[in-house]
Amino acid sequence: MRDPLSQQIRDIKPSGIRKFFDIVNEMEDAISLGVGEPDFDTPWHIRDEGIYSLEKGRTFYTSNSGLKELKVEICNYLKRTQNLTYDFAKDVIVTVGGSEAIDIAMRAMLDPGDEVLIPQPSYVSYEPCCILAGGKPVIINLKHENEFRLTAAELEEAITDKTKLLVLPYPNNPTGAIMEKKDLEEIREVIIKHDLFVLSDEIYAELTYKEKHVSIASLPGMQERTILINGFSKAYAMTGWRLGYAVGPSEIISQMTKIHQFAIMCAPTTSQYAAVEALKNGDADVAKMREAYNMRRRYLMHAFSEMGLECFEPYGAFYVFPCIKEFGMTSDEFATRFLQEEKVAVVPGTAFGDCGEGFLRISYAYSLDNLKIAMEHMKRFVEKLRAEKK
Amino acid sequence: MREQLLSIIEKNSRIDISELAILMGVPEVDLANELKKLEEEGVICGYHTLIDWEKTNVEKVDALIEVRVTPQRGQGFDSIAERIYKYPEVNSVYLISGGFDLLVTIEGKSLKEVSSFVTDKLSTLETVLSTATHFVLKKYKDHGTILTKKYADERMKVTP
Repeated sequence: MRDPLSQQIRDIKPSGIRKFFDIVNEMEDAISLGVGEPDFDTPWHIRDEGIYSLEKGRTFYTSNSGLKELKVEICNYLKRTQNLTYDFAKDVIVTVGGSEAIDIAMRAMLDPGDEVLIPQPSYVSYEPCCILAGGKPVIINLKHENEFRLTAAELEEAITDKTKLLVLPYPNNPTGAIMEKKDLEEIREVIIKHDLFVLSDEIYAELTYKEKHVSIASLPGMQERTILINGFSKAYAMTGWRLGYAVGPSEIISQMTKIHQFAIMCAPTTSQYAAVEALKNGDADVAKMREAYNMRRRYLMHAFSEMGLECFEPYGAFYVFPCIKEFGMTSDEFATRFLQEEKVAVVPGTAFGDCGEGFLRISYAYSLDNLKIAMEHMKRFVEKLRAEKK
Repeated sequence: MREQLLSIIEKNSRIDISELAILMGVPEVDLANELKKLEEEGVICGYHTLIDWEKTNVEKVDALIEVRVTPQRGQGFDSIAERIYKYPEVNSVYLISGGFDLLVTIEGKSLKEVSSFVTDKLSTLETVLSTATHFVLKKYKDHGTILTKKYADERMKVTP
């Protein structure tokens, strides 16, 4: 029989998280700090709206780019949070999670050989999506001493005459890093100078613990060269609803809609109705969850400093990214032993890029009680490793 | 800080001040001062424990009583409310809008005890026109806490 597979797909490595997932799932009593989704349930009024839409028999397709009501609410949201003006009819597409938006944005924008700058550590799908779209991923290794922010110098250095697109993944998974307005202003100049486009993945936009998130699209001259991606998963604890969106220049959005139309048809209708409710009446829920995350974040930072574990203070998402270089082991070795000896699952930083070596991603999408137990284990483990070294 | 502090201790009054300081990112001494002020101002009225008595061997009966009264000249409902809330078996007294005036919640050892309170004490008050007593059969949720079910974490253990 002939080889059923394409060479391109063979060449793409499976997600580094996969291996860990398999081990953890076999351990029944493992304490996990490994999830990338909120521990909250979707707020009841949002779920109720989904249920209501089913009761009303709204089980049809919506238009390809999404329900008009939802697109209008998305535009209202971006107006009130970022003072950005988008035309709901032309500049918005509702997608199956932010992930689909990443995929179709790359497919709409890339020609073979186009280089895409991907700062790492970052979410696992940018690189494979870029390859599948025919682009060439160029990795920018972010630095701990910059708190994993992207600097203008790092950007400048990675640009060639083939560079077309910059992926800007902030607030960041897995590091929890943010880019503040001043950071964005610095890279803005480089972006404009080299005529680049930006795919700004702002799925964690609502989860920042310093100042409010600023979108790069809101900077002068940037809206016309930015595809802004956001969604409902993280802010409203709606991961399972699979709903995200992209906004940007209509010429790009319309081509993304074409791909979406052939591959997906439309995002889930029930989820879209629920999302309208989320954007209309969900601000208080988001604030409450943000406050809960913030308390846990402060707790973890305190716990690490008590343990003497090096960790920059992250101000976004729901991850901390402590450094474990002092133990002289790889992230993978540390995480594997931590799981075997203390039954606590954390994700090695290397799952998010080679420069994640020496770091761990710890999620605080868990109750405080849970985190306290996990930190007791971590303290014991860290002390054991230090004793071994002596 | 005040609102956040209150909303945390409303859910967990046993939390100690050093932990509060970590969670809120506020110095302990500031929190101690604020708590003292809140107590003095009567904003914090007590530190109670939410108990599901159903799970103990102690027999208890809760009832909600709708009370219609005649307001008194110059006093409105305050003096009749006071006469009612002074009974130790009365848990709470609310002035209510709608079809009746006062909602009284009461806790007794038995149905009989609650009924005799209503018939002997409450109904015989001069200004009380009528009462309607509702016995609580089951508590599903109390003070924002679900009492009947515990939800397990069903998320996948590791996700990107």
